Amino acid sequence: MYVAIVFLPLLGFLIAGLFGRQLGARPSEIVTTGLLMISALLSWIAFSQVALGSAPMSVPVISDWIVSGAVKIDWALRVDSLTAVMLVVVTTVSALVHLYSIGYMHEDPARQRFFAYLSLFTFAMLMLVTADNLVQMFFGWEGVGLASYLLIGFWYEKPSANAAAIKAFVVNRVGDFGFSLGIFLVFALTNSVAFDAVFAAAPGVAGKQIHVFGMNVDGWTITCLLLFMGAMGKSAQFLLHTWLPDAMEGPTPVSALIHAATMVTAGVFMVARLSPLFELAPVALSVVTVVGAITALFAATVGLVQNDIKRVIAYSTCSQLGYMFVAIGVGGYAMGIFHLFTHAFFKALLFLGAGSVIHAMHHEQDMRNMGGLAKHIPATFWMMTIGTFALTGFPLTAGFFSKDAIIEAAYAAQRPGAVFAFLCVVVAAGLTSFYSWRLVFMTFFGEARWGKNAHAHGHDDHAHAAHGHDDHHGHGHAHTPHESPAVMMIPLVVLSVGALFAGLAFKEFFIGANYGEFWKKSLFLAPGNNILDAAHHVPGWVAMAPFVMMSLGFLVSAYVYVLRPGTADRWAKANPLLYKFLLNKWYVDELYDFLFVRPAFWLGRLFWKGGDGRIIDGMGPDGIAARVVDVTNRVVRVQSGYVYHYAFAMLIGVAAFITWYLVGGVR
Amino acid sequence: MVIGLTQYLVVAAVLFTIGVLGIILNRKNIIIILMSVELILLSVNINLVAFSTFLQDLTGQVFALFILTVAAAEAAIGLAILVTYYRNRGSIAVEDVNMMKG
Amino acid sequence: MTVAAAFFYLFSTVMIASAFMVIAARNPVHSVLFLILAFFNAAGLFLLLGAEFLAMLIVVVYVGAVAVLFLFVVMMLDVDFAELKQGFLQYLPIGALIGAIVLIELVLVVGSWSFAADKVAAVSPAASNVTNTAALGRILYTDYIYLFQASGLVLLTAMIGAIVLTLHHRPNVKRQDLAKQAARTPEEAIEIRKVPSRQGV
Repeated sequence: MYVAIVFLPLLGFLIAGLFGRQLGARPSEIVTTGLLMISALLSWIAFSQVALGSAPMSVPVISDWIVSGAVKIDWALRVDSLTAVMLVVVTTVSALVHLYSIGYMHEDPARQRFFAYLSLFTFAMLMLVTADNLVQMFFGWEGVGLASYLLIGFWYEKPSANAAAIKAFVVNRVGDFGFSLGIFLVFALTNSVAFDAVFAAAPGVAGKQIHVFGMNVDGWTITCLLLFMGAMGKSAQFLLHTWLPDAMEGPTPVSALIHAATMVTAGVFMVARLSPLFELAPVALSVVTVVGAITALFAATVGLVQNDIKRVIAYSTCSQLGYMFVAIGVGGYAMGIFHLFTHAFFKALLFLGAGSVIHAMHHEQDMRNMGGLAKHIPATFWMMTIGTFALTGFPLTAGFFSKDAIIEAAYAAQRPGAVFAFLCVVVAAGLTSFYSWRLVFMTFFGEARWGKNAHAHGHDDHAHAAHGHDDHHGHGHAHTPHESPAVMMIPLVVLSVGALFAGLAFKEFFIGANYGEFWKKSLFLAPGNNILDAAHHVPGWVAMAPFVMMSLGFLVSAYVYVLRPGTADRWAKANPLLYKFLLNKWYVDELYDFLFVRPAFWLGRLFWKGGDGRIIDGMGPDGIAARVVDVTNRVVRVQSGYVYHYAFAMLIGVAAFITWYLVGGVR
Repeated sequence: MVIGLTQYLVVAAVLFTIGVLGIILNRKNIIIILMSVELILLSVNINLVAFSTFLQDLTGQVFALFILTVAAAEAAIGLAILVTYYRNRGSIAVEDVNMMKG
Repeated sequence: MTVAAAFFYLFSTVMIASAFMVIAARNPVHSVLFLILAFFNAAGLFLLLGAEFLAMLIVVVYVGAVAVLFLFVVMMLDVDFAELKQGFLQYLPIGALIGAIVLIELVLVVGSWSFAADKVAAVSPAASNVTNTAALGRILYTDYIYLFQASGLVLLTAMIGAIVLTLHHRPNVKRQDLAKQAARTPEEAIEIRKVPSRQGV
């Protein structure tokens, strides 16, 4: 069964990818979506069996996959509770996104390719979560990176999409570099990369110093730091986050699947999976905490002022990932995974809802051109509102349980960096509420700013108002937004159910009383780690803090955008520097462009034009060819066409010959 | 002084050189070239006959006879080609004969 | 100086001078005429060497046929008087140099040949019972018969070649086609018409 779960998406990818053109679009959609649905169903069965039932198991697929000297790696599927949770998340969201895409990508001529890529991505992600050793996980890691590149750059005729895809891949690569080094160090420390062997050998090697980068450092600390670097890249933590907002160039279902629910959570998953190792490196865990906290705060501040609806949600994702890492950093691995689980639901819901809004507005994404949509697309409006409730942590929604657990854990933790983390996540909670409600108010309430633009360029658009359905170029048209088709709304409804009730239903299993039977051995806690217990016993004000921040954010947002519209612009004009700083994402992109991108381009150009062009080509083919042409141009003049010139040449030759023999003969 | 073989050979050599110079120094027309070729052949004939007399062997003269024949034939063909060339190109100036210029 | 020597110098000087004028003359007709003079003097030299048949042959064939042919062609082709072009002077130094080298080498070859004393003796025709012509005839048709026939073939080829190259069918000239004439039938040739009397055709 596990083999089926993992490989059915691969089958879907092969069918849609290789035969998509022959089969046609509709059959490709149906095949891939159908296979994913089967996979999702099997995942829920597996979840109920493994998490709620039997013991973890390992399904060997290929033994002796790589054998080289001391390195012996097999290929096997590891299925324990952590895996089962991830299987459920990945396949469910992927299946819903497939279904949604049937409607969203309805006019796109290349949608077979899209579905093939979605299935490929799902396969890679499943490989990642079922990995039994680090190399297999790395395969899945790279596979999702590749699928992300393909999907972000799906509309490859757009140069901005191409650039964004490359940016995503390259920034991920930086993280992967650290990840690879981490894997090498793991092997160096324990002589194996398979999880069982590594976890068994880890405590024995704890405290060992290794000599690396010219210093003597604690083995596991440096290893975990390097592994975390990979997680930073994949999960868009601060400093390696720059790719995530640009990844919104891809179609919205891609953002929902990859950049909300699954790929970006691979980093969180990886750290959780390697919990036995991280527990041996408290310094690394503190670093994780701090980085997560900074990310949470940073992304929230930037999300306050963004005008593209998808970017707001993207920064929200970045911020929530920071939350997950804070949870993991203080030792609450289960909390981090629980937040991952609930976040998948409501963030996918928000993205798909945004996609529905975009679809209704005929691919308009700027919120400044929206407004007043609540009465036109009420179903989407309610879905987005549910998602926002869940994200901000409204009591009894899914986000309430998972997010508050993290805030409590941050307070309760005794590790270095926990206090800083607590402050950051609390402030970020308020900011999250503000920008989430800002999104809802700007999009669905207030006056309809899209209608104004159409009246402004009156002539053509009015004439086309009657058959405005055919116009699909971006701006505000004289065309009423219409609700999305059922195939797009069904996933939204399913996700909203999850967003509302997943927290309540699963809290006890993930972080509550049934912790032990649920997780069994998949998450390791060091002997001194009792964060779960401590988190339940925080003071009352700490427990109320998230609710207070949420309400504050809601009220301020309502004031600024509904009660006194225009307040936001006044605030922006009053603080131009701060506004610009936030709008330009703290100028991190500009900094990277200056520090890395320009030197890299310069170096590349140097090697290309100077090295390859001038030296290698110049001395090689081009140079030789040019010299040959030069020389022959000169030699050609000898062939003047005049026969007497030729006779003269012959005569000179004869004279030379005779001279040679005469003079030679004398000697 | 006694006119020996050497003198005849020197005369033939000078004639030969003049013929060769006629080919390479010629800037006027192609007929000069053909005439220079006749001069060269004549010098060869002189050479042959001188040796024939010197060696008291008639073979040299027989050979000179054949060379004479061939020279005549070659002059005829050369002139025929020249005439045809003139008909096609309209000129026999040496500078214009450069269609093989590479 | 003996008469033979004087004649030798006379003939050779005139021949070399006229050979030089062949290539130096401006008027191509003059060139041909100088060529004829050179041939005559060469014939004289041959007489001195005792090859009288060859001498006469030169006069008849070279002068009478080849040189005349040159003259015909020169006159037919309407060759214009080319002034001594600038290029002549440009090539003269190097050409003269090469020519001088060749000449010197030829003479060196001849001169470095060590002559035995008796070989430097005057070259005089051998006295014999038959004339030069008869002697030539004796060996030509016997020992060198194949070469003789071959040279005949060469001449034939040359003749055919010359005709092929230069024959120029004029377009509107009437010609006889004997085969066609002989193959005429009465049906093509004669047409019988009934003519009413006093009325003509």
